[in-house]
This record gives sequence, structure tokens and C-alpha cells, in this order.
Amino acid sequence: MGEDTATSSQTPVLELKGLSKSFGGLHAVRGVTFRIMPGDRKAIIGPNGAGKTTLFNLITGIFPASSGEVLLFGRNVTGWASHRRTAMGMARTFQVTHLFPRLTVLDNVLLAIKGLRPSKFVMWRFMSSYRDVYDKAHDLLEQASFLDRKDTEVRYLSHGEQRQLEIVLGLASDPKILLLDEPAAGLSSGESVEMTKFLTKLDPKLAILLIEHDMDVVFDLAHSISVLHFGEVLETGAPEQIKNSQKVQEIYLGTG
Amino acid sequence: MQSHSWKILMVIAALAAVLIIVPHTGSFVILLVTRALAFSILVMSLDILLGYTGLASLGQAAYLGIGAYTTAILATKYNVGLGWDFWLVILLGILFGAALAAVFGLLAIRASGVYFLMITLALGQCVWGLAYRWNSLTGGDNGINMRQRPKFGGIDLANEMTFFFLVFGIFCVALLLMYTLVRSPFGRSLAGIRERELRMQILGYNTWLHKYIAFIIAGAFGGLSGVLWAHTAGIVSPVNVELTTSVDALLMAVLGGSGTLVGGVIGTFIVFGLREFLSTLVPWWQYVLGVVYVATILYLPTGLMGIPERLRQQRAGGDRVVKKLAPVT
Repeated sequence: MGEDTATSSQTPVLELKGLSKSFGGLHAVRGVTFRIMPGDRKAIIGPNGAGKTTLFNLITGIFPASSGEVLLFGRNVTGWASHRRTAMGMARTFQVTHLFPRLTVLDNVLLAIKGLRPSKFVMWRFMSSYRDVYDKAHDLLEQASFLDRKDTEVRYLSHGEQRQLEIVLGLASDPKILLLDEPAAGLSSGESVEMTKFLTKLDPKLAILLIEHDMDVVFDLAHSISVLHFGEVLETGAPEQIKNSQKVQEIYLGTG
Repeated sequence: MQSHSWKILMVIAALAAVLIIVPHTGSFVILLVTRALAFSILVMSLDILLGYTGLASLGQAAYLGIGAYTTAILATKYNVGLGWDFWLVILLGILFGAALAAVFGLLAIRASGVYFLMITLALGQCVWGLAYRWNSLTGGDNGINMRQRPKFGGIDLANEMTFFFLVFGIFCVALLLMYTLVRSPFGRSLAGIRERELRMQILGYNTWLHKYIAFIIAGAFGGLSGVLWAHTAGIVSPVNVELTTSVDALLMAVLGGSGTLVGGVIGTFIVFGLREFLSTLVPWWQYVLGVVYVATILYLPTGLMGIPERLRQQRAGGDRVVKKLAPVT
């Protein structure tokens, strides 16, 4: 089990210190502090508009933080651009599918693998001459059982397949930490069970930070859950504890 | 994969046909084809931005202009580039094109979509303004007349046929280089940026840098096109850097099919051919071209190169209906 502070001898993969973001007068994220150790599976839940996706955008550097710090492997990366954070071993998926719609499944994965290799700047050699990249793409697609559809353009895939490909792209850079923004969004219950199975099979050393509304997915996957409400962490604990928490039930059901 | 090598064979066959047929035609056709070849290098360079990176530039004529003016000024004022040093001028044209793009790119690449279009338009007009007003250097509205073409070794480029072969050769090299570029990891990254820039950033790409490099490369090929254009046309004037020239290049790329490279070449040949043909027939020939452009954008947004794909999809669409019906019965 990944208790948050027990393994303090190791450096946390990701650490947030009082991270905040305001858009004008709106405080979307307020003083969020937590740490994620290697292999941790942590979920962030909370009602719509609680600031979950904004928090992800702060961690990945899409928005600049108003105050507070983001530490990756003990290094302060708060002001860094997204692509430099990715280079340190962070990957994410998007709540709204962000794939390359008019490229094939294979091309999508190839681009994802190339992202962290210096050869992404090579312009005098065909992409198809990089055997190792193709082999790796082959492995990734096999793992996610996408091989038969590798030449299909992504825009022709079903929504469920696109959600799964989102995760494959995230995994392509061999991340140490994977941020999943509602991987099961818009999936049927059958598809979301499949998705959970796929996620639980991932490398146990990989740390996962997950935003999800589907509580079945959250309880199956997460070792620790934080509840975000109006940009603040209301409560953090093991799944059982969160399930029975009075406060959590209040914010979800309303106190009237 | 198979359809790919088929396409390559088609292109090689078409090029071979041009190489064999054109020398047997009259000097009028030879000159026309030479002009179209020189200009199509500019159109392909624009296609790297428009079709592969998703950046619609309205200032591409600036790079043709800097290449052409460099050639003309060096030849008429300093007598440089009329012998073996012609190759040096080609190099200079490429370098100046790249350098101009490196400066303009700093201003333009930060924007995207219609804002990128407007900034490149404004920058292109700056170059036009310079060409038009800087009389002592550019000859102002009159432009610069090139009195002769280069002559080196036993080769005299004043001969239309010889000059055609030279331009054809350079065109083929440019096509090969750009084709390699768009199929390289760097070229694929441009396609990724066109499709979804945010995802590319999250995957670890510094997308600004990739776009900036692509912009400079396009400028370099634009400069090359300008050097050839100057010697083909024999005169360099502000018309070459006008907005109309940029728009023409853009429309040729779209007409042939953006994101295909050779589509731009086909578009260039059609427009050059129509222009020459129609202008001898009717005085209102520009309207015909206008209709062609509008019709392309309305009914054929993927251009002429997109026609086979469209036909295939229509056929596949028919199949899909059949498949959908089948399980019901």
C-alpha cells in the first residue's frame, strides 16, 4: 500500500507545496499540498468545478501557478514548460480526447515515442527507417490489443478506443508518473471495466494520479483518495475512509 | 505502403514525361514550364507550412522576392553570379531567404490561425514597401532588368533548353529534399503540431521550436525559388513581392491539394497554363481563375490530389451501408 509519508527515505515522484491558481477573482486551486511516491496510485475526486483539471494543468505546466511549488523527483519545476516536465518522466492524458485525428493509430504512437528522443529533429532520414521506434510502437499496440487497427486513422475509432489510445500515448514515453484525467469519461459500464483492467495491469512501479467520477474505477485502482472541493483538499485517506466520510457525503449530496 | 510506392512511381513517371516531352515543344512552352517549375518550389515551400504544419502564411512572396532581388542586384550592380559564381548566388539566395524567415519567424510564430496569417501578411507588405520605395537599390517601381543569364564551363543558360534542364534539375533536388523532410521524424512532428499542438507539448516536443525551424526551411526554399525566378523572368520588380503573388502561391497549393507537395506543383502548372491560355482568348480571364479558386475551396477543399481519396470514401461509404444492413436480416 502506498501510504503517503511512510517511505520518506525515497524522493517523492511528485510533490505539491501549497499550489494555488486564481483566474481573476476565482480561486480555482487553493493551497494544494501532497506527495506521490513511486508506485502510488492516488485518485482525486470532487464535484464538477472543484478544480481537478486545473490542478492537472498546473502540474503539467499548461497554466502557470499563481503561487506554490511543483516538485518532480525533488526538483522544483514550477516555472518549466510542459515539454521539459515530460522529459523528466511525466505523462498525462486529457479529459477531452486529445489525439491526432487525421493520423493513423501507428503514427500517433510513433509521435509519442519520438517525443523524448533527440532524433525528433532529424530531417534527412525517413521516419520509417527507425526500426527500434517501430518495434516499440508494435509492443505498445500489442499490449493494448490495437495491432489490428494500427493503420486506421484515429478519427474513425470509437470513443472507447480513443480513450484507451490516450493512455497508450501517455505510456509511450516510459513515464515514472502518469496523470489520468477521467480515463473512463463517456465510456459504457462494460468499457469502463475493461479500462480498469487495463490500468491495473500497468507496471506496479509506475505512479498514477487519477481524476475520475466513476467511483468503481476509483475504488478498484486507488490506494489513496483526496477530495477536492472549491479548489481545496477537503480530506485525504484510504478508499474505505473516504467512502464513509460524513464530509464527503455532504459535498456530493448537498447539505441543503 | 504499397499505395505509397505506387504514388512515388507516378511522380517519377510524370517527371520523366516532362523531361522527355518539353524539349520537343516550342520555346514558348519551354519557357512556360521553366517558369512554373521555378515558382512551384515556392509553392511547395509554402505547403510545408500550410499543409504539413497547419500555418497559412500570406507572406511567402517575400522569400521569393529576397532571392530574386539578391540575384538581380548582384548581377547588374556587381557582375556577380553570371559565371561559375551562379552557384554561390544560389547559396546566398537560400541563406538570405532563411535569414529573413529567421527574423520574421520570431514575430510570426508566436501567433496561430488567422493571427499568423495577418502577421505574415504585414511582414510581406513590409518587404514589398522596401522593394517599391528603395529606388537606389531596387529600381523602385521599374524593377531591375536582367541583361543576361549565367554562362559557365560549356554551358550557356541563355539557351532556353539548357536553362530548362538546369531548373528542372534543381526542382527535382528541391522536391526530393522536401519529400524527405516531410517523411522524417521532424516532418511527422509538424503533422502532429497541425493536428493537436497541445498534445505535442505534453509528449515532450518544444512545438515553438519545431514551427520556427519549419518556417526557416520554407524561407530557404523560397529564396532558392527566387534566384531561379529572377533568371527565368529576366526582370525583378515589386510585382514579385506583391500580396497577389503570395495569394497566388497559397491558392495554387490549395488547388492541387495541400499537404501533398506534388499537389502544389500540379496547382502551379494548372494556374500558369490557364493564365497563358485564357489571356489569349478573353480579356476577362482573371474571372475564370477566380471561379476556379472559389469552386476548389467550396467543393474540393482537399484539392485535386484529394479526388481519389474522396472517390474511395464514397465507395467505402456505400459498402458501410450494406454492412450495416446485413446483420439486421
